[in-house]
Amino acid sequence: MSNEKSQELDRMQDELNEMMREIMSGKIRGKEKTKKLRKVDRMQRIISKRRSGEMFSRAFKKDLVSYSFIAPNFIGFAVFTLVPIVFAFALAFMKWDGSNEITWSGIENFKRMGSDIFFQAALKNTIIYCIGTVPLSMIFSLGLAVVLNQKVKGRGIFRTLSFFPYVGSLVAVTAVWKMLFHPSKGPINALLYYVFKVPQDQLPQWFSGSLVLLSLILFSVWKYMGYYMVIYLAGLQNISPDLYEAASLDGAGTWDRFKYITWPQLRATTFFVVVMLTINCFKIYDIAIMLAGGGSGELTTSATVLVYYIYQKAFIDWDLGYSSAVAMVLFLIVLVITIIQFAGEHIREQ
Amino acid sequence: MNQQEMTIKRISTGEGSKRRRRLLSKIVLYLILIVIAALMAIPFVWMLSASIKADREVFQMNPFVLIPKSPKWSNYKDIWTKIPMLTFVRNTVILTIVVTFLQLLTSSFAAYAFAKLNFRGKAGLFLAYIATIAMPWQVYMVPQFLMMRKFGLNDNLLAIICLQAFSAFGVFLMKQFYEGIPSELNEAARIDGMNEYQIYATIMLPLSKPALSTLTIFTFVNTWNDYLGPLIYLKSVENKTIQLGLKMFISQYSSDYGLIMAGSVLSLIPVLVIFMILQQYFVEGVASAGLKG
Repeated sequence: MSNEKSQELDRMQDELNEMMREIMSGKIRGKEKTKKLRKVDRMQRIISKRRSGEMFSRAFKKDLVSYSFIAPNFIGFAVFTLVPIVFAFALAFMKWDGSNEITWSGIENFKRMGSDIFFQAALKNTIIYCIGTVPLSMIFSLGLAVVLNQKVKGRGIFRTLSFFPYVGSLVAVTAVWKMLFHPSKGPINALLYYVFKVPQDQLPQWFSGSLVLLSLILFSVWKYMGYYMVIYLAGLQNISPDLYEAASLDGAGTWDRFKYITWPQLRATTFFVVVMLTINCFKIYDIAIMLAGGGSGELTTSATVLVYYIYQKAFIDWDLGYSSAVAMVLFLIVLVITIIQFAGEHIREQ
Repeated sequence: MNQQEMTIKRISTGEGSKRRRRLLSKIVLYLILIVIAALMAIPFVWMLSASIKADREVFQMNPFVLIPKSPKWSNYKDIWTKIPMLTFVRNTVILTIVVTFLQLLTSSFAAYAFAKLNFRGKAGLFLAYIATIAMPWQVYMVPQFLMMRKFGLNDNLLAIICLQAFSAFGVFLMKQFYEGIPSELNEAARIDGMNEYQIYATIMLPLSKPALSTLTIFTFVNTWNDYLGPLIYLKSVENKTIQLGLKMFISQYSSDYGLIMAGSVLSLIPVLVIFMILQQYFVEGVASAGLKG
């Protein structure tokens, strides 16, 4: 019996060695090679397991160490992120109020969006907000990064300062903004009234009606420009100083240096910043609630945004299926942007 | 090119004009900087100033005084009694510390395996992380809430901990950083007889200060400032965080400007302190991570 076993093991070992030789010879490539390598790995495990006569192979024990590293995070991640994501996809095709029976409704939820003017207003506002915020944020954060990349006195202080809005809590900074832009008492409108002689009845109502989106855009640019500036700074530090030196020998001015060196060299960074900005803009919610929300945090049609509509449908109307369907629209938008990013990176690499 | 033009050219490229031009561009540069710095700082200066004013002084523009003659320091005292500020601060501190600690520990732990060890199913597991990194939390917040409710975690701080502590982003950031550390270091340590846990604790962790600092800033700031998560889960007053509490106060006492600003200043201090301590590594950390949803 034991003789038989060792004979079989020897046979397997021979087969394994043969395969190894084949791989080493370099005759097989690509997919074929990975397939073979995987087979080798599997056989090695079996052989070592049988040889040692233990329950688990040595390779498996090594894997266990790796799994023990990953498990603490992965278990939490799987339970609290992966499971809800799967659930979200399913829920988009269901009808449920959270307590009664769940019923299958097919694409009914998606059909409803076609005639839902509140959904359409939310989508439209979100898109307008993105179109305003993305280019402005990009231009300002790039400008700020270029300026702060120069050798100027107190650079560290300026950098820290431009980061304050980003780390400052939204509730606190929106409270200040609402005071600064207060329609009747705020200093901004006081400036417009006293210095620019804007008549009292024409002073802008910053947080209602048609100006809401503009206020959201201005606020977002102010709040997040420091963050994107850091990404641009990292990009700027990767540009070789030789390029600038060569350019100034050729007599290139400040603007020429920016146009012919900085801007083209930062193309990858700009692309990344724009994608990140767009994705983050589509997730806008709390800024709108805090700047334009009513007493209990409700938003009017002129200020409603996509995530607010998801929230409202789920936690106020308990129309969970429909809410998830709207969430899928958000997901699709972000997915498309991400795919564009990956495609862009791919093109760049080639 | 005639004589006159050549002379003009010689003059305009001359040393004196070059120096003058450089000086001019320096001045412009500083002017831009000062304008930007003012735009960034004014809201915070206003906040500080208003926090020690009486309500009727806050909007007084003519003349505007930065520090009132008799500063109303009592705003900083009264905010603790007007709302249960201490409870809010305690809840937020607990949440932020636990979440940041769990996030740093589990992310760096998992990232070590992804960056430096080989095991079966590595590609598949990592794909699960990558695939969700671009997935906005807002897409699955509703099913997540339904699940937590089923677990009995509704209106419980534990729900926010579970939701914030295990992010794909943390694993991704740490993995990017570990991959920059040469593997020869690990090999040498293995030959010296260290096991993987020892290598992680004594070699990798001390080397990853920039990444850990960046992750700390992100996690700390996000958890401390989070609004939507606590809004969905934390309903009763004794469980609310400082953001929810402050928002609640603002909607109840919307014209107590001095008090609102005092509360706002208090809510800003911890994040600003953490940021100032760790910021020296921040640019490097952001550069290596890039991705932040």
